[in-house]
Amino acid sequence: MKLKSWKEVNPGAVITDAGNSREFKTGSWRSFKPVWIEENCIQCLFCWIYCPDMAIKVKDGKRADFDYDFCKGCGLCALECPGKKGKKAIIMVEEGK
Amino acid sequence: MAKVVAVTGNEAVANALRQANPDVCAVYPITPQTEMMQRFSSFVSDGKVKTELILVESEHSAMSSCVGASAAGGRVITATSSQGLALMWEILFIASGTRLPIVMPVVNRALSAPLNIHGDHSDAMGARDAGWIQLWSENGQEAYDNTIQAFRIAEHMDIRLPAMICMDGFIISHSIERLEYLDDQDVQAFVGEFKQLNPLLDIEHPVSYGPLILPDYYMEYRRAQAEVATKVAQVVLDVAEDFARLSGRKYGLFETYRLDDAEIGLVILNSAAGTSKDVIDEFRDRGIKAGLFKPRLYRPFPYEETGEALKHLKALCVLDRADCFGGSFGPVFVDITTSLYPYREKPILINKIYGLGGRDYLPGHAELVLNELVDVAQTGTVRNYKEYIGVRE
Repeated sequence: MKLKSWKEVNPGAVITDAGNSREFKTGSWRSFKPVWIEENCIQCLFCWIYCPDMAIKVKDGKRADFDYDFCKGCGLCALECPGKKGKKAIIMVEEGK
Repeated sequence: MAKVVAVTGNEAVANALRQANPDVCAVYPITPQTEMMQRFSSFVSDGKVKTELILVESEHSAMSSCVGASAAGGRVITATSSQGLALMWEILFIASGTRLPIVMPVVNRALSAPLNIHGDHSDAMGARDAGWIQLWSENGQEAYDNTIQAFRIAEHMDIRLPAMICMDGFIISHSIERLEYLDDQDVQAFVGEFKQLNPLLDIEHPVSYGPLILPDYYMEYRRAQAEVATKVAQVVLDVAEDFARLSGRKYGLFETYRLDDAEIGLVILNSAAGTSKDVIDEFRDRGIKAGLFKPRLYRPFPYEETGEALKHLKALCVLDRADCFGGSFGPVFVDITTSLYPYREKPILINKIYGLGGRDYLPGHAELVLNELVDVAQTGTVRNYKEYIGVRE
């Protein structure tokens, strides 16, 4: 995205295009990445409820994969995930590994 | 038809605020607040103005409420003085950086410590670089007129900056003078309907105020704000021209008094300019070419116009009613010397600090300074570039 010059910025830094946080991708903040293991998933959707960044996609009422453009890697989903028979459906993996 | 009255500066400005019919007024109601807001709250209670008056627990909260109300889309006022302005300091920058046209009369009084409540410019001088427009007023009439014009200047769609109207504590705020009120409907027509810009309450067009701006954009916003400041002077002149048609009273970026052919001159703000003009008349009667320069638009400071108006003098004294600790010279002196810096031929400049904490500025003081300027102009030598006058040695 080309950065604007001082002549183009909005007076008083007021944001007039609502919902533009979608353009601000925060995925690069992540140091740990959640990974979804589908066979351990019971579709409880706890991860979807707890995710503070709406980074868990749901399709037709079923959990889909992470939206890594916005996931900051907080790990809440992995913590809350009940898994199946003691096996977590979300695990945190260090980025770069 | 204008109405001639005998009122205090506080009452005059309270009336100007009533006539502009603001939507919201958020104020701290206790000292250092002045009688101005007491008068204004009476107008609210008596139904003479439709303003929503919000009484808050501090000036920090008063200015914060003003920021919210202004962003919501209303014409917003407050007033303060001295320590109150100091407590607002943090939010002053938010009001200007967010480009909110809040109008605020400031009754200029000293800062603690030592504790003092009297006339002094330290309060507004401390806020001079906060991004606010500052109009300074010699007397009650000017304070009234400046307040009315401040709405037009601050709310101008090319400007949208907050404005302070400065007047001397007690000397003007509490003294009764003769002045002329304009008719309510004339002021209302002059000030006009408040025009909103990105109001928060317009739910059809949602906006966000006060976002975090990181190093990739912060400097662009500051640069843009500096550019707005360059447009203020022309708007001040245009508004003054309209105002002269309405009232018959002429205003500029500054006032010059017998300055055009002067050889020595004084630069002085607010009420002390009146005293100085009398003494300048006496010097003129004796054949000494003395003149006076009184800044009106002090922020943004009109450097070029000021330099042009003063460059022909031989010797010039800038009198400051505020000191700059560690900065060596008074704030007005620093601005005047800056405005003259580009000229090869310029007056010899000296600085006097006077009238701190309500110490009287007497005709004798102006006489002393003018006599010294006569000497400086003749000999070309300066005894001391900065001195305090009216202080016990």
